[in-house]
Amino acid sequence: MKTRFYWILVFVGPALAAMIIFLVIPIIASFVLSVTDFNVYSLTDWSQAYFIGFDNFSELLSDPLFWQALRNTVYCLVIAMPLTVIIALGIAMLINREKTYCKGLFRVVYFLPFVTNTVAIAVVWSWILNMHYGLLNWFLGLFGISGPNWLGDPTFSMPSIIMLVVWKAIGYNMILFIAGLQNIPTFLYEAAELDGATNWKKFVHITLPMLRPTMLFVTTMMIIGYLQLFEEPYMLTQGGPLNSTLSVVLYLYRQGFRFFELGYASALAVALFLIIIVITMVRMRLSKPAY
Amino acid sequence: MTKQRSIIQQIVVHGVLAIGALVMVVPFVWMVSTSFKPAQEIFVVPPTWIPSQPTLKNYVDLFQNLDFARPFLNTVIVSGSITVLSVLFSSMAGFAFAKFRFRGRNALFMLILATIMVPGQMTIIPVFLMLRHLGLINTYAGLIIPAMVSAFNVFFMRQYILTIPDDLLEAAKIDGAKEGFLFFKIILPLSVPALSTIAIFTFTGSWNSFLWPLIIAQDERMYTLPVAISVLAGQYGENLAIQMAGSCIVIAPILIFFIIAQRKFLKGIALTGMKY
Repeated sequence: MKTRFYWILVFVGPALAAMIIFLVIPIIASFVLSVTDFNVYSLTDWSQAYFIGFDNFSELLSDPLFWQALRNTVYCLVIAMPLTVIIALGIAMLINREKTYCKGLFRVVYFLPFVTNTVAIAVVWSWILNMHYGLLNWFLGLFGISGPNWLGDPTFSMPSIIMLVVWKAIGYNMILFIAGLQNIPTFLYEAAELDGATNWKKFVHITLPMLRPTMLFVTTMMIIGYLQLFEEPYMLTQGGPLNSTLSVVLYLYRQGFRFFELGYASALAVALFLIIIVITMVRMRLSKPAY
Repeated sequence: MTKQRSIIQQIVVHGVLAIGALVMVVPFVWMVSTSFKPAQEIFVVPPTWIPSQPTLKNYVDLFQNLDFARPFLNTVIVSGSITVLSVLFSSMAGFAFAKFRFRGRNALFMLILATIMVPGQMTIIPVFLMLRHLGLINTYAGLIIPAMVSAFNVFFMRQYILTIPDDLLEAAKIDGAKEGFLFFKIILPLSVPALSTIAIFTFTGSWNSFLWPLIIAQDERMYTLPVAISVLAGQYGENLAIQMAGSCIVIAPILIFFIIAQRKFLKGIALTGMKY
């Protein structure tokens, strides 16, 4: 459609201007800030920030807290991602069965945690995980197991966070898996049945390969999402005990908005961005279609 | 023999699904139940599922002593404005990218797409500095304006509007219709399914958003609900019942909204595979 410049400006202008001001320029500014010593003194007077080259990055590489935060975040990703995939896919397959009743109800119930406010439900979880009065340890007690101090013990603090993260993520991924399963043509299964394939064989040779696009999308989103872990540790443990749940974004928040080391925090943001890109690209590479 | 097996299978499958569903629901049930408990009943072991002496005291405290109406109102204003502005600007831009022909269109669109992949933390610090410089910390504008930009919404609206036939627009143009008329009288009415999808996701996303309000709303009067809850959990660490009442108030509106509009939600997720 031929359109006068005036109309193009009217329609694209607001969104484009907002995007340039609040996305494009800040992204560039992040890189610029990451090579300065911008700190609490520069807040009032920007000219007090100086170019320091890659000092922030070399400091980052020798900062034990950064490595700890990175280890914790990757730990969460490495455990939570397979758990989410297995549970969400399992539930999706059970719900998607022809003979399952109440499909609609199950779908809604499993999805509830996903639309729930993380901060508010984390408050609830922190009491579920409470060592003395918590539901979880009460439940374990019924079987004679005395539950650990979930949030207070560095061994169990990250698993506690992962529990909440996975609990929240199942529903969303389940919906995507159901959509993916419904796209698999039934004749494939019928043909396999004629050839006498077992359920396991059908799963490995039909379901999994046919789910590849869904799997790629789901795991990519999870990599991006889980590496940005923040609200759960902020609410449940404040990064403790002994920094066992300090995540990269939580550390970024602390450096940037508690200590106002904004230059250093920007270097953290850039590092996180690069880590996300690298891991996502590795993931994409791994899934080069084999068929 | 096989019939018996299939009955057992049915029982196992539904049993597993039911147990899983219970795990999903129990935290909510416990939250609601505890929010109606008087203080002395909170630490009772084994936990009571139905309060023996239900009370509204926690909710009354929340609104009267802790002035929770204020963050509630803030959240409604902020999420509402973000949703309206984002839907309007995204559909306008989506329309232009789908139907207008102009130089640099594809390059601009690719630029917008590229920003989808950048994590939010990348922009927080510079935007914070910018808003601080402009004196927009602790203002509604500071909470709303940076959050109303969504590259995804523009992308989604463009994809939807592409499916609206050009002939419709050309015909109206021959009758002398201007672009503004085309947008409001043809494009918007035909895009209602897409508009409601992004409206639902944008509203839910901004209702639940935490990091940005945490940074921008430093003054108590500007707190949004998630920020107020996080502060409450710090200050009233021991008063579980009041925290649960607070959590209920944050969670309930979206949950009710979801249950009413569940078809739309679930279809939107499956359709777009989006995350907010």
